[in-house]
Amino acid sequence: MPIAQLAGNDPSEEKSKTFVFHDEGHTLGNVLRCVISNYNDVEFCGYTVPHPAESKMHFRIQMRKGRAIDALRRGLTDLVKMCDYTIEKFNDELISFKAKQLNTDN
Amino acid sequence: MDSVNDDKPRIILNEFKIAQNIPTRATVLDQTFHIKTFKENLRIVVVRLDNLEMEFDLIGIHPFIANTFRRLMLSDVPSMAIEKVHIYNNTSIIQDEVLAHRLGLIPLKADARLFNTHVPDSEENEQDSLEFELKIKCTRIKDDNKDSSRIDDIYKNHSVYSKHIKWLPKGSQAENFKETDVGPVYDDILIAKLRPGHELDLKLIAMKSIGRDHAKFSPVATAFYRLLPDIKLTREVEGEAAERLQGCFSPGVIGLRHLKDGRTVAAVNNSRYDSSSRNVFRYDDLKDAVVMTKIQDHFIFSVESVGGMAPDVIFVEAVKILKEKCMSLLDELEQS
Repeated sequence: MPIAQLAGNDPSEEKSKTFVFHDEGHTLGNVLRCVISNYNDVEFCGYTVPHPAESKMHFRIQMRKGRAIDALRRGLTDLVKMCDYTIEKFNDELISFKAKQLNTDN
Repeated sequence: MDSVNDDKPRIILNEFKIAQNIPTRATVLDQTFHIKTFKENLRIVVVRLDNLEMEFDLIGIHPFIANTFRRLMLSDVPSMAIEKVHIYNNTSIIQDEVLAHRLGLIPLKADARLFNTHVPDSEENEQDSLEFELKIKCTRIKDDNKDSSRIDDIYKNHSVYSKHIKWLPKGSQAENFKETDVGPVYDDILIAKLRPGHELDLKLIAMKSIGRDHAKFSPVATAFYRLLPDIKLTREVEGEAAERLQGCFSPGVIGLRHLKDGRTVAAVNNSRYDSSSRNVFRYDDLKDAVVMTKIQDHFIFSVESVGGMAPDVIFVEAVKILKEKCMSLLDELEQS
């Protein structure tokens, strides 16, 4: 299971944080970075996989105002919404494609 | 050509460089990602679908989303493959480890969604593994037909195929699965060649895992995307030059129209399947007649399944996996 862990920062500093994701890599790192770096209050967002042999991903968020963890939470929620909508849209299209195919076959 | 002045995000393929079209209005790629605009802009079109292959278009999305879906299909969707091989006897000329590796690469039909991931160092059980047996012995056929030199007439079981793999149901698996639901996808995969006296006696254990662990667990042979090519002719090309232009592109891209006045002119039929080679720039008289572009928010996905799962199911599973990842991370954030 992937575990989000907070590493090496001053715990009182809520604005900027590095999160460590276990068993995650570029797949999640890159989408999350692209989504979160678009938010207004985010000053910087980046990720790195420090070593290819370790399945760990470091995810850094620096905020202008607000808490870094809230931006992360918002990013993950947005991704869930995006996935839901993509599946819904794909299934709709699949149904209409199969109906069309059936019509042309007959 | 530096810009084609329309409202689409394009890259323009020139002879020596790639130029960026400057769209007349803001496109998806200019906007930052937002869930609301994402929903407004996303379009999905299925173009081709059968049991093994699917081609579909994702239109109006950012490249990072397309790339994530591709990566998920390749290395995060689980499938079943032979993971352990118990070799009780192997007197064939193929070495144990090579044989085990070959067996691992055989695509299996078994719905991985119905299984659990095996916990390392634990006993295999009916929820997380499938057991198969491969017992075969090659013998000489004693026959009057001695003159024949056909291998099939001399030896019995000289070739071991995937159809010789026999499923051994564990526990309640026999009730839950049909014989046809489990086993190799193809019957005719050659595993080894034997000669009289050679014998194989193996027990195979298939488990569930993902492509990141080993490529044999990847449910797709390939899953890739490309941008939609768009080719435009800027002037009329006729006669011999039109035929030459046709030859510069993939078959079916450029068509020849025979006009009433007897002339033959080139026209773009379908630029979708162009391979985007820049052959046209070899001809000085043709290169000003064509603008080759690619639409940057139109992704053509091709998914080729190895046979265990239908390609449309693979895509949906991939998206679901991203969703589940995010949900479990959100849960953990709540707890901490």
